[in-house]
Amino acid sequence: MTDALVRFRGVSKSYDGRTPVVTDLDLDVSRGEFLTLLGPSGSGKTTTLMMLAGFEDPSAGSIELDGVRIDTVPPHRRGIGVVFQNYALFPHMTVAENLAFPLSIRRLKREEIATRTRRALEMVRLPGFGDRRPQQLSGGQQQRVALARALIFAPKLVLLDEPLGALDKQLREELQAEIRRIHAQLGVTMVYVTHDQAEALTLSDRIAVFNEGRIQQLGTAEAVYERPANPFVAGFIGESNRLAARVLDATLLRLEDGSTLEAMPHAFAPGTAVLVSIRPERVLLGPGTQGLANATTARVEEVVYLGDHSRLRLAHAGRTDFVVKLPRQEAVPQPGSLVDLAIPVAAVAVFPA
Amino acid sequence: MRRTNWLAALLIAPLLLLILGSFVVPVGLTLFRAVADREVAAALPETSALLASWDGQGLPPEGAFAAVARELAAALEERRIGDLAQRMNFESTGLRTLLLRTARAGDRLRAPYADALVALDARWGQRDTWLMLQRASGPTTSLYLLRALDLTRTPDGTVTQVAVEEKLFRTLFLRTLWVSLLVTFLCLLLAYPVAYTIARLRAPWSSVALTLVLIPFWSSVLVRTTAWYVLLQREGPVNDALLGLGLLDAPAQILGTRIAVVVALVHVLLPFAILPMHSVMTRLDATYLRAAASLGANGVQRFLRVWLPLSLPGVAAGGAMVFLLAVGMYTAPALIGGDRDQMVTWFIANFMTRDVNWGMAAALSAYLLAMSGAVIALTRLLTGGAVQTGARA
Repeated sequence: MTDALVRFRGVSKSYDGRTPVVTDLDLDVSRGEFLTLLGPSGSGKTTTLMMLAGFEDPSAGSIELDGVRIDTVPPHRRGIGVVFQNYALFPHMTVAENLAFPLSIRRLKREEIATRTRRALEMVRLPGFGDRRPQQLSGGQQQRVALARALIFAPKLVLLDEPLGALDKQLREELQAEIRRIHAQLGVTMVYVTHDQAEALTLSDRIAVFNEGRIQQLGTAEAVYERPANPFVAGFIGESNRLAARVLDATLLRLEDGSTLEAMPHAFAPGTAVLVSIRPERVLLGPGTQGLANATTARVEEVVYLGDHSRLRLAHAGRTDFVVKLPRQEAVPQPGSLVDLAIPVAAVAVFPA
Repeated sequence: MRRTNWLAALLIAPLLLLILGSFVVPVGLTLFRAVADREVAAALPETSALLASWDGQGLPPEGAFAAVARELAAALEERRIGDLAQRMNFESTGLRTLLLRTARAGDRLRAPYADALVALDARWGQRDTWLMLQRASGPTTSLYLLRALDLTRTPDGTVTQVAVEEKLFRTLFLRTLWVSLLVTFLCLLLAYPVAYTIARLRAPWSSVALTLVLIPFWSSVLVRTTAWYVLLQREGPVNDALLGLGLLDAPAQILGTRIAVVVALVHVLLPFAILPMHSVMTRLDATYLRAAASLGANGVQRFLRVWLPLSLPGVAAGGAMVFLLAVGMYTAPALIGGDRDQMVTWFIANFMTRDVNWGMAAALSAYLLAMSGAVIALTRLLTGGAVQTGARA
């Protein structure tokens, strides 16, 4: 990639010299991109972000920003904006003083600072809030100010460390839209850390899924959701039914209960133990499914009504926890009844066991 | 609900009673002693009553002379004359002799008492003597409060400065204020880097360092002060070291100087400056520093523009604590300080134990209390904004 703004090359990090937190990371962030580092806690995503910001030193490897090695440059000379989860607005300064802080450090003229502060407040839709103290603002407003402060000195790169983690769902969605709008408007490169897969899918151009210090998959939202590279990604992003199976031939698998399952052609040798992952919303239900691939009948164990869809737990493939999502419709099967179902071949993802 | 309130009140009752009994009542009584004036009325009730109706012109009527002769004799007989003599002698030196001489002459005096008393001592023929007795008849007096500011009243009641050689207390208060402020300043200066370092230490080391700060509390102030006494004496280690290094030719007299007092006070009070600062600094979120760094601030800028202002509430609290303790400290200055360089507390103790002049002790205490209150109020005023934001941060 020629247009990479950030380049991680062979970056490893360990706090105690033994337990790795990040292992041999290679990652390019393209200019203008919105990249999300997604993973469970302890997966190394925040450490990766902190190494980029300069608050942690890599144990090995190099980090380049705009073609210049920065992993030995102190954080205050990297010129990277950072938004923290707890906002980190200075409580002894007003909102305007917080916004002016990076500008006055850069010795801008007073009029210039005033103009840019006013514009920044307009950008995050908080005009007239300059004289308030951060403590007088709501959590959402504080995070808008923090975002404006990270952007006001026009950095090439802005890092966001779970910025919406402390907010309730509605505010979170509102601010997600705000962040997307600002990203599109300014064209600034953003690297975003979250453990919330829905947030990652909503915001990102690309998602890097982290687990155990390594990137498990790097790709668009659609790619990581629809074509997970391994069982971890399949399980972490969205929901999936995981079944143990053994390969019969290039398309057929035998499940634990002895039934067969047809998949897309794969490269596993016959007899290999594999793991099958099936998304609940891709299973087809109803009378019209007989005659399709992998058609069968199963008993309904439990039905949970969730408004826009219902969640059914079925006894299938020798288990009683096979989950199927049924879009809202008039006739929802009753628990104890039998339903017809079919699993499209394309919905069967096969991984090494 | 009512029951819970009642129980809650019952639970805090012991504490409330303790505060009331050990703080509010004694302090109130002490402050009252600064203006109370009962010695004359107690020893000479009839004289006081007669003088109350005297217009202060010329000399009082014969009845007053008769009453004072009789009551003085009775007071001597019943050994009650000490307080009275003490009180009147404080009004004007020499009155003790007059009162005792008159009391001893009691039985031999015959009417007309006016002539007999004047014959015994010419001062009974002076209007001022009677005016002073009249004014001292209570029940309250401003004498002590005035004297504690080097002021006094002439017999006719106007407030004037005391004679130059008796001037003492204004200098004393200024000296106490100056030494306390100096000690506070030095404590803050020394404590800030210590608190900062401890706050930035990692887990086990921060508690170790904090324990080291607290170790001096394991011994009493008296022990620590005595240690300084040993260290600073003429043949002590400090002098030996200075001689050994060739910085001095002969042992210096360090004990009894103000430097010695300041050194000992700073040592004793330093933990009281460190602890509030430390508690504020450990609660400061390190993310503020990271945020400042990400916004381009270098180490010095991060300290001056973020860390220092956010830690000011701790500085104010530590400063107030040290100042209050320094103002009220008795042991260290009394033991180590010079005889002519003592603090207000030493005089309070002296008035109470040696002179048995509770009025002066109470008046000095009242001004000391007022001084401390004023400094604390000033600190609050100056750091008001910082304290507020700090509490929320």
